[in-house]
Amino acid sequence: MDTNGASVTPLKLMIVDDSNIIRRRIERSQQIDRLEVVGAAGNGREAVAMFLRTQPDVVTMDLTMPEMDGIACVEKLVSLNPKVLILVVSALADKATAVEAIEKGANGFLCKPFTDRQLNDALAELLTVA
Amino acid sequence: MLKEAEIRTFVDGTTNFFVTSSQQAASVGSPYLVTDGKPGTYEYTGVIGISGSRKGIVYFTARRAMLTVLLMRMHETDSSEEIIKDLVGEVANTISGNARRDFGKNFIISVPTVIANELDKVIAPHSRSYVIPINWRTHSAKLVVCLE
Repeated sequence: MDTNGASVTPLKLMIVDDSNIIRRRIERSQQIDRLEVVGAAGNGREAVAMFLRTQPDVVTMDLTMPEMDGIACVEKLVSLNPKVLILVVSALADKATAVEAIEKGANGFLCKPFTDRQLNDALAELLTVA
Repeated sequence: MLKEAEIRTFVDGTTNFFVTSSQQAASVGSPYLVTDGKPGTYEYTGVIGISGSRKGIVYFTARRAMLTVLLMRMHETDSSEEIIKDLVGEVANTISGNARRDFGKNFIISVPTVIANELDKVIAPHSRSYVIPINWRTHSAKLVVCLE
């Protein structure tokens, strides 16, 4: 329900990170009512398979991962669904990497380490374009 | 050989990690140079390989007791061996990744390798390493930067 009592369609969230701690942390800490976690993947390859299966609207994406890295995965997911909203959540703090991720189709960038508030602010900002 | 400003990058990254992740600041001691190729480890070590513009390794090493408390401060209820190993790798990954803010995109970091309870398996690739001592609550840990 929104503040006027009208029902709000939930958005499906997929979490992609090779760290189990970070996957669990994002799932536990995200407080956006509209978001419903539909899956968590540990690398880019798993993420693509899960994306096809669960059709998420929103994705949090790590960059440094085995198998397929986050930049390649962003590009692949956007090619599968150009409307998907992707928040990159990465320790890679240089501007060039953030710019590259955005150019490949990501919609936002949150640098690790992050607080719960920073995560929720970043997700809320991402959803303003939804 | 690292410049003073480059060491400062890792000190700042370490400080930022603890205060942001655990909401409790760590006290970082004066970094010192080890020249015998044995900078030392504790029970759990997360190693990041560095390639590109710099070559070598960065590792974070700590005892289980510290990592368990850190997990609690992060509101993580699981303190299994798997999660402890994940944490030590993630600390190393985060501090190394943050260093790209100053070192640039060509400071390429690997995914973490975690070594537990096999202290002599952590091998510094060069004789000279900088050790950044970390004190957090009652616990001690180290960040070791060994770059060509």
